[in-house]
Amino acid sequence: MTDQTQQPVISVRDLVVGFGSRIVLDHLSLDVRRGEILGFVGGSGSGKSVLLRAIVGLLPKRAGTIAIGGIDLDSAGEVSRRDVASRWGVLFQQGALFSSLTAIENVAFAMREHLDISERLMAEVAMAKLAMVGLHRGDAMKFPSELSGGMTKRVALARALALDPEILFLDEPTSGLDPISAGDFDALIRTLQQTLGLTVFMVTHDLESLYAVCDRIAVLADGSIVAIGPMSEMQRSDHPWVKAYFRGRRATLLEQRNATAPA
Amino acid sequence: MTTAALLEVVETSGGRQLFAYGAWTALHARQIDVAIDAMDGAATSLPATLDMSGVDAFDTYGAWLVERLSSRWLDEHRPLQVVGLRNNFEGLLGAVHRVRSDSPVAVTSDKSLGSTLAGGVGAIEQALSAAGRDLAGLINMLGAVVQSLGQVVSRPRTFRLTSAVHHLDRVGWQAVPIILLITFLIGCIIAQQGFFHFRKFGADEYVVDMVGILVLREIGVLIVAIMVAGRSGSAYTAELGAMKMREEIDALGTMGLDPVAVLILPRIVALLVALPVLAFLGSLAALYGGGLVAWLYGGMSPEIYIARLKEAISLTHFKVGMIKAPFMALVIGLVACTEGFKVKGSAESLGLKTTASVVQSIFLVIILDGLFAVFFAAIGM
Repeated sequence: MTDQTQQPVISVRDLVVGFGSRIVLDHLSLDVRRGEILGFVGGSGSGKSVLLRAIVGLLPKRAGTIAIGGIDLDSAGEVSRRDVASRWGVLFQQGALFSSLTAIENVAFAMREHLDISERLMAEVAMAKLAMVGLHRGDAMKFPSELSGGMTKRVALARALALDPEILFLDEPTSGLDPISAGDFDALIRTLQQTLGLTVFMVTHDLESLYAVCDRIAVLADGSIVAIGPMSEMQRSDHPWVKAYFRGRRATLLEQRNATAPA
Repeated sequence: MTTAALLEVVETSGGRQLFAYGAWTALHARQIDVAIDAMDGAATSLPATLDMSGVDAFDTYGAWLVERLSSRWLDEHRPLQVVGLRNNFEGLLGAVHRVRSDSPVAVTSDKSLGSTLAGGVGAIEQALSAAGRDLAGLINMLGAVVQSLGQVVSRPRTFRLTSAVHHLDRVGWQAVPIILLITFLIGCIIAQQGFFHFRKFGADEYVVDMVGILVLREIGVLIVAIMVAGRSGSAYTAELGAMKMREEIDALGTMGLDPVAVLILPRIVALLVALPVLAFLGSLAALYGGGLVAWLYGGMSPEIYIARLKEAISLTHFKVGMIKAPFMALVIGLVACTEGFKVKGSAESLGLKTTASVVQSIFLVIILDGLFAVFFAAIGM
């Protein structure tokens, strides 16, 4: 963990988001520190993805402020919004790859839009990014419809990393992957976070990911954050949902396994 | 920032020394790129050092360029030693070094077109074989639909009535206003042009013959079929294509259901019912429009218009138009569903197939109309 007194990279204050008469996020406040991996959990339909989409500006908010790296997105002009958008990368749950572009073109797309660099460097770096996320050379020229689920996630991660962002938003990065691939993916995110110095905001359901890579965990219930802190703190929490989640059957099994055979 | 401020070269007796300064990031990647490529692989094989202590920002792009330079010089047997890089940047350089690929591929694939005559002949050949495949696909679909229809006839309970009614509402009922408006306007235009030109010969009365025969035999059904192809055929293709993309059609198959029976038959039945009705209504609207223009522009009273119309047209003309309608509906439905099933994974192919569906069905509708004209002439209808 880096300096605690630092200004948070993402700062959300009193955020309210709703659809019609239903309020999904009710005066939610959250800080994400520089260089940490924040795991974000909550029941299905509790609004995890809604928060992520609100932070990256895909959903309108009713009240509250969101600041990325100290810049308030509401008062920021078009230029600084574009600037902020090149400082984050988003991995969508289904990958959301551009279906008419090949894997490598997907990665190069944001470079072409945002950077002034030569075609050769673009191709080289895009290939390097794909290699970094563990994609084979032969798969770089494939179209998204020809990729497997795991490969799609990897390409989507490479695309999210294309501009060397400071912040990485991951929406359920390991869902739909087999345990081995999911484990690899966790390790990959950890490595990339360390080498590139990323701040990672990760929405996940995967207990194993939470144990393996997250510095802190935030729990969303009833429209606001009910608990936030490292794993050890989660296990001591008294909130019923947190208790059920982190001391449920699967969590206990996982913990026992981790205790007997430390990875 | 100038190149000199990013990279400096000092030749010493002990070898070449490079000094890097500033931000080695994507922002300055172009300058660094050029500077590194311009650096000659001088004759000396003395070791070189890259001092990066002056670098205050570093990312994958910078790391890649360092890696590119060092690997190029390694090939020329001149190892490059990188020193002074900050601790937190070293991991990145290591990571890039590990994934360095020997021969990167170009992002944009080379699409050089085949040259001159051979290319032209090849293109024609390809187009012909594609047209042949399209026709085969259409006949294949017709077979599947007929087979499915046979099963429904033997067991009527298996027919998806709800689905068929739903589609009938969409392609029939909801299309009525626009069809009425368009055919009404077409009727008006034909009558207006008729009066304008026939008046020169004093043949005003024959405008009614022209409007009546033209609308009932040809224009009514043709305009309606073209409208339906553009309106409903494209919707069918887009729906089925999106289902194909999202593997919904595969899901149906795994549940032991026949996609043709579940998705296609109700759609085609809906079109078969809707198109003749729409053609009938469209013809009425066109005749009405013609009558209105005859009255307001041609000075022919409605009574005379109706009386002339009764004399000019017979049931045969009406039958000729109506007989064609279900065949046109079948062609539109088959083309739309076949193209929809041909959609592959990408959004682009969905667009291509929807376009192909509309273009092909309008083309085939007009061809069919021509064949019917020949046929009816031959049997004297």
